[in-house]
Amino acid sequence: MNTDLAGNQQIIEITYLIASVLFILSLKWMSSPATAQRGVRAGEIGMVLAIAGTLLHHGIVDYKWIAIALVLGSGIGIPLGMVHMTAVPQRTALSHAFGAFCVTLVGTAEFYLRTPNVPRFMMAVLSMEVILGSLTFTGSLMAAGKLQEILPQRPLTYKGQNFVNLSLLAASVAIAVYLVINPGAHQLFPVMIAVPLLFGVLMIVPIGGADMPTVISLLNSYAGLSAAAMGFVVDSKLLIIAGALDGSSGLILSIIMSKAMNRSFTNVLFGAFGQVQPSAVAGLEEKTVRSATPEEAAGILAAANKVVIVPGYGMAVAQAQHKVRELYDALTKRGVEVRFAIHPVAGRMPGHMNVLLAEADIPYDRLIEMDDINGDFPQTDVALVIGANDVTNPAARTDTGSPIFGMPILDVDKARTVMVIKRSMSPGFAGIDNPLYYLDKTLMLFGDAKAFVNSIVHELSGNTH
Amino acid sequence: MLAAFIGFEVIRRVSPLLHTPLMSLTNALDAIAVVGAIVLVGEHKSTLSFVFGFLAVVAATSNVVGGFLITDRMLKMFKSSRPTKP
Repeated sequence: MNTDLAGNQQIIEITYLIASVLFILSLKWMSSPATAQRGVRAGEIGMVLAIAGTLLHHGIVDYKWIAIALVLGSGIGIPLGMVHMTAVPQRTALSHAFGAFCVTLVGTAEFYLRTPNVPRFMMAVLSMEVILGSLTFTGSLMAAGKLQEILPQRPLTYKGQNFVNLSLLAASVAIAVYLVINPGAHQLFPVMIAVPLLFGVLMIVPIGGADMPTVISLLNSYAGLSAAAMGFVVDSKLLIIAGALDGSSGLILSIIMSKAMNRSFTNVLFGAFGQVQPSAVAGLEEKTVRSATPEEAAGILAAANKVVIVPGYGMAVAQAQHKVRELYDALTKRGVEVRFAIHPVAGRMPGHMNVLLAEADIPYDRLIEMDDINGDFPQTDVALVIGANDVTNPAARTDTGSPIFGMPILDVDKARTVMVIKRSMSPGFAGIDNPLYYLDKTLMLFGDAKAFVNSIVHELSGNTH
Repeated sequence: MLAAFIGFEVIRRVSPLLHTPLMSLTNALDAIAVVGAIVLVGEHKSTLSFVFGFLAVVAATSNVVGGFLITDRMLKMFKSSRPTKP
């Protein structure tokens, strides 16, 4: 019997080891689109192995409920995996919430199983697990709500907001420290969960939609770190590795995102987002813009040699990616070179635009990163901006008074002609006026992105036949 | 710590093109927390640990299934123009 148990234990350890290796390989293969699908397979195999190995665990007596939970979870997971590509940001936020929920529940259960005899190190990682887990849980739910537009997207700010938030965070850390010293004080444990739950909500309240890529990455990182902490609690190296991988990937992405928005990383870490005040609106004078019809736009595009399309969140909202694909086809057929310029923070999560354009079957080697395409704008005949605003605002380069000064932008203003599809002249998400629109070479194309692109495509195909 | 370091090294090389699938993949991998939850349910040491463990398994499994599914769907969409248009 005993040798049998030891044998089982060994099998579990081996499956976990193989799963860890597969997880790392899985991420490694994600580095290129050519091998990425292999990466997903590796992850899946690792996951199945790890779960199968866990079921051999000698303490398990109740398989029925495990099976029910697995089936139920799959039942929820399948529809979540089938959502439309435009809903990917909120789905991602929601799955961060689920992950954090899981980790917090396990942490809580482990605490009550062990109290009052919790070793200090254990209590410290356990506290980290539930604090990060619970703030990620409510924070991600809030983020998902904002992305799904159940909650208002405008940032809500009030005086002393950062002070309130930081004190809440400090309070939960203080409780954690107290519990490490006095692990018997279990009546404090619910407080240690409640305070970060509240903090999670308040942390997201001041955040506007444009900051979402950074926030989602950050929540991703928190979710990973809390899982890694849980790995220490339940003594699972596999979980530590997976959590650390997730944590560092989230961290890297949030660093990339905050760089792309010219925010300092500490600024991001303390959740001090959405500080940009709509001050620039005050200086709104009567400036003239030139607008154009779809026929004129089509004519200019047809006469061009090189066109760069700059997609933004507006394209996602209007679900215009398939129409953009038709435009791409129509222009390519006429021998026009069409490329797409992708700003790192365009959209609502890292890589959002790439996924949408890939969904519309636009080859990924046509999607060019900001640093690689900026040098090409002076040789570009037409830059067509679809639903992007702040990432094209030249004030970020020149106007030291602008709230987005210093933010790296796509230099569309250097193209020979600029066309901007926009619903109206209202300023973008950050409430900043965009001088790009008042340039002599800029043509404003007012209308819904999808409808407007459609009429351009119509014009272009009408001319060929 | 080693894992974090490896993670850093590996992820730094991921092209921005794939940031969204990367995030959904790490999300699915992160749901390996399900193993801890399975043990809680299976051991059935107390009602609280059983109920919490059960909910945790449900939440994590939905992440596993949903995460892998959507990552796969996204990656299928990424096509290069080279093989299709010679």
